[in-house]
Amino acid sequence: MSTTALPAAAGRPWRARLRFDASPVQVAAALLVLAFLLAFLLVPVGRVFLAAFTDGSGSLTLVHFGDFFRTSLFRESFLNSLYVAGMSVVVASILAVPLAIIVSRFRFPGAALVSTLGVLPLVMPPFVGAVAMQLVFGRNGSLNLLLMDWFDVRLDLMDGLNGVVFVQALHYFPFILMNLSASLSNIDTAMEEAGQNLGARGFTLMRTIVLPLALPGYLAGASLVFVKVFDDLATPLLLNVTNMLAPQAYLRVTSVGLGDPMGYVIGVILVVVSILAMGGAALLLRGRDYSMQQRGGGGLGRREMSAGQRALAWGFVVPTLLLVLAPHIGIALLSLATVWSFSPLPDGYTLAHFSTVLRETPQFLTNTLLYCGLAGLIDVVLGVTIAWLVLRTRLPGRRLLDMLAMSALAVPGLVLGIGILRSYFGVQLPDGTALATSWIMLTIVYAVRRLPYALRAATAALQQVHRSLEEAAENMGAGKVTTLTHIVIPLMAGGLAAAFVTSFATAAVELSATLVLATRDVDAPLSYGIYVFMQSPAGRGAGAALGVIAVLTVAICTFAANRLAERERRRRTRQEGTAP
Amino acid sequence: MSEPAGVAIEHVSFGYGATRVLDGVSLDIRKGEFFAFLGPSGSGKTTLLRLVAGFGTPDSGRILIGGRDATRQPPWARNVGLVFQNYALWPHMTVAENVAFGLQRRRVPRAERDRRVRAALDLVGLAQLMDRRPAQLSGGQQQRVAIARTLAIEPEVLLLDEPLSNLDAGLRAGVRAELVELQRRLGLTTILVTHDQEEANAAADRMAVLNDGKVLQVGRPSELYDRPASRFVAGFLGTANLIEGRVDGGAFQAGGARLPLPPGVAAGPAVLALRPQALRLLREGDATLPARVLRAEFLGGHVRYTLEAGEALTLVAEEPHLRGLDPLPPGAPVGVAIDASQATLLRA
Repeated sequence: MSTTALPAAAGRPWRARLRFDASPVQVAAALLVLAFLLAFLLVPVGRVFLAAFTDGSGSLTLVHFGDFFRTSLFRESFLNSLYVAGMSVVVASILAVPLAIIVSRFRFPGAALVSTLGVLPLVMPPFVGAVAMQLVFGRNGSLNLLLMDWFDVRLDLMDGLNGVVFVQALHYFPFILMNLSASLSNIDTAMEEAGQNLGARGFTLMRTIVLPLALPGYLAGASLVFVKVFDDLATPLLLNVTNMLAPQAYLRVTSVGLGDPMGYVIGVILVVVSILAMGGAALLLRGRDYSMQQRGGGGLGRREMSAGQRALAWGFVVPTLLLVLAPHIGIALLSLATVWSFSPLPDGYTLAHFSTVLRETPQFLTNTLLYCGLAGLIDVVLGVTIAWLVLRTRLPGRRLLDMLAMSALAVPGLVLGIGILRSYFGVQLPDGTALATSWIMLTIVYAVRRLPYALRAATAALQQVHRSLEEAAENMGAGKVTTLTHIVIPLMAGGLAAAFVTSFATAAVELSATLVLATRDVDAPLSYGIYVFMQSPAGRGAGAALGVIAVLTVAICTFAANRLAERERRRRTRQEGTAP
Repeated sequence: MSEPAGVAIEHVSFGYGATRVLDGVSLDIRKGEFFAFLGPSGSGKTTLLRLVAGFGTPDSGRILIGGRDATRQPPWARNVGLVFQNYALWPHMTVAENVAFGLQRRRVPRAERDRRVRAALDLVGLAQLMDRRPAQLSGGQQQRVAIARTLAIEPEVLLLDEPLSNLDAGLRAGVRAELVELQRRLGLTTILVTHDQEEANAAADRMAVLNDGKVLQVGRPSELYDRPASRFVAGFLGTANLIEGRVDGGAFQAGGARLPLPPGVAAGPAVLALRPQALRLLREGDATLPARVLRAEFLGGHVRYTLEAGEALTLVAEEPHLRGLDPLPPGAPVGVAIDASQATLLRA
C-alpha cells in the first residue's frame, strides 16, 4: 500500500502535503485538553515566572534574584536544599544498591521480603513517616531512650537537616531499588555469557559488563529521588526545618502575602533545578537506553550464594527491613496510644483516636474520596484523549500536547499551588468563595499533578491495542464509535483502571499543593487533616489515626494497581503466545 | 596462537530437574572440521553447544577439548569462542571495544591488542566501522562483529549458535558462504547449531542429527540424506516418502504394490524411504506401479505431484519442469517407475 501511495504524495504540491489532516472531533478534543492545560498548568506556572522576573510596574527585571542571593537566609536555604537532596540520594543508594544486587544477581531466599521492602516505604507518605520516625529515632524517641538506658549514648539521627535526609532517604530509596533492579534483570543473559566466554568473571565481569548496562536504571532512579526531595515542602515543615527552599517559599506566601516576590523567585529556582537535574540525567543517558537493543535471552542468570554471602545478605536485609518498618510501627503505635512520651513504648492502648477522627472529622475522609476520585477520573479521560490524539490521529501539534501534559512532572506541587493562588485569587464562585481556594481547584490541581502518570499508562495501554484489531472491527461493519466502545476501551480497561487507582492513591497523600490551597477544615482532605493534627501534641494520636487510614488506603490501592497491571501483562503474554 | 583442537563428547547427559535434555550423547568432532548439530527446537542441540562452551555442567559424561578434560572448567577458562544467536554485542561499547574485550582479559599488550582487533575486523571486512556502537550497525554487520570478537581471541573451537537465524532470508546464503570460506581459510574447528537442514548441508563437513536429546545419526550431509538410519532422519532431511509395509518373498510390499529388493533382506514389517526424485512418472507405457494424480504443485524448477497408488498409498514425486511440458491435471492416470537403488529400507 505505502509503496503505491508514496509517489502520489511526492507528486502533490507542497500545499496539499501540508494540509490540515484532522477531523472536527479531533480538533475539538485537542482544544478542550489544551484549554485545560493552559488554564491550570501553563498560566499558573507562567504567572509564577512573571512575578519573579518583573518589578511592580510590570517591566522585566532580575532584581528579585539579586535580592534572593544577597539574603543570607535564602543562600543558606538554597545550599541546604541541595545538600539534603544530594545526601538523600547518597543514603538512599547505600540502602538500595546492595538490595538490588542481592535480588537480581543471586538466588536469595529472602527475595520476596526485599520486594516487599521496595513497596512498604512508598505507601507511607513522608510527612506521616516523619512524625513516626521522630517517635522512634528522635532525640527522645524509643531508640535513644533505650540507648541511654543501656549504653548512655544518644544518636542525633533526626536533628535538623540530617533528620530530613534520613526520612527522605528511607521513603524514596525504593525508586532507586526498583529502577536498578529492573535494569539489572533486563540485562540479557547472553551479554554476561559473552563476557565469560571471552575470559571475564567475578568482579571484572561486574565492572565491565553488568554495571555499565545497569547504569541507566540507577541514574533514572537517583535523579527522581533528587528532584522529589529538593521540591518537597511537607517533610521539612513537619520536622520544623524551615531553612530550606520550599519551606521558605511557603512561609513567604502564607505570612508575607501574595504580593511578595520571593516566594515566586524560589518557585522558579525549584522548577529550574528540577529541570536541570532531570535534563542532566537525560543527557547522561542519551544513547544509553540499552533495553531495546537486547534481544532474546532471558534475564540475568542468578547465582547460588555461598554460606558466607547468604549470611552477609541476611545481615543487610533484616536491619534494613526493621529500619523501613520503624515508621509503620511507630505510626500504628501512636494511633493506638493513650500517652506516649519519654518512654520506649506507649503507656497504654486505646481505639479512641480512630473513633474521634471518624466521629468529629469524617469530612477529611469523604473529601479525599471525592477530590481524588474525581481527579483520577479527569486524569483517565484526559490521558486517553491525549494518547488517542498522539497515537491514532495525524493532528498537527499532537506531540506538543503530550509534552505539555508531561511537563507537569517538572512542576513542584508548591509552585503549582502558589501559581494557582496568584492566577485565580480574585476569581469568585457564585457563592462568594474564591475559586483558587475552593475544593474544585484542589481537585483540578491533583488532576494536573498526576496527569503524567495516567497519560503514560493510557499511552502504554493504547499502544498494546494493535491497529489491526480496530481495523478488523471496522471491516466487520463497526463504525468509529462502536469500535471505540466495543474494542478499544475494553482492551484498555485494565491499564486505565491501574492508572485511575495510581492517580487516586498518590493524590490522596499529596500535601505540598494542599497546604497552599486548603484554607478551611470543612473543605480539606485527609493529608491536610494529618498535618493540622500533627501540629499539636494533643492531636498527634488523632493525626496518627488518620495517617494509618491514609497508609492503608494507599497500600490497598497500590496492591490493586499492581494486581490489575499483572493481570494485564498475563493477558498480553497470552495474546502474544497464540500469535504465530 | 592456540591451535585448533578437536572436541570429544563422551556419554554426556544433562537435565533441568526432572526434564531430560541430553541423553547419553557421544560425538567426536575432529580438529579443523566444520561440524553441525542439526535438529528441531527442543532437541537439545543448543544445550549441547552451551555445555561445550562451559555454560552448565553435564550430569554425567565428559567433554574433552584438544584432549584435555574440560568438563568442569568454567567458561572463562576454556578457549572456545561462542557466537550467540542474538550476537550479544555489548551496547555500551564500541565495535573495537567489543572485539578488544577478550584480549584485555588475556592481558595482551596494548600494541599487540590493537593489531589483533584490526586484524579480526579486517577478516570480516568491518575495520572502517570500529568506532561505531552496535546499535548503529545493520543485523549483518552486527553478526560479523560478533564473529570478529570471538576470532580475536584465536579460540581452539568456534561455536556458532544459529548464526543465520536473525538475518534476512536474502542475506543468509551469502553470509553462509562467507562463514564457510573463513572457516576453511583459518582451519578452525567449528560447530554450527541449526534447525535448518539446508544450512547444515551447505556448510558442514559432517553433521549429527539430534532429536529428544539423543544423537540419531552422524555423517556427511549426503550420506545422511541418501542413507537415513531412521524415519525421523529421513523425514527431517528433505521430503521423503515413508511407506509402511512388509518384506516378503524378496520384495517390499505395501498397499498392493510390490518393489523387488536385493537378495538377503530378512522378512518382516518394514518402512521404505524414497526421495521424491527417485520416482519417475511415465505418461504411457508399462510401469512398476499404476497411479493417479491427486494434486500438482508448480514450484518453478520442478513440479511436485501427490499421487495415489493402489489401495491406500499416497506418494510424493517430483519431476523437473521444462518449457512446453504442462503439469498433469488431477485425476490423470500415470505410471510410476521406482528406482530400487535409491530406496532405503528402514526397520519399522
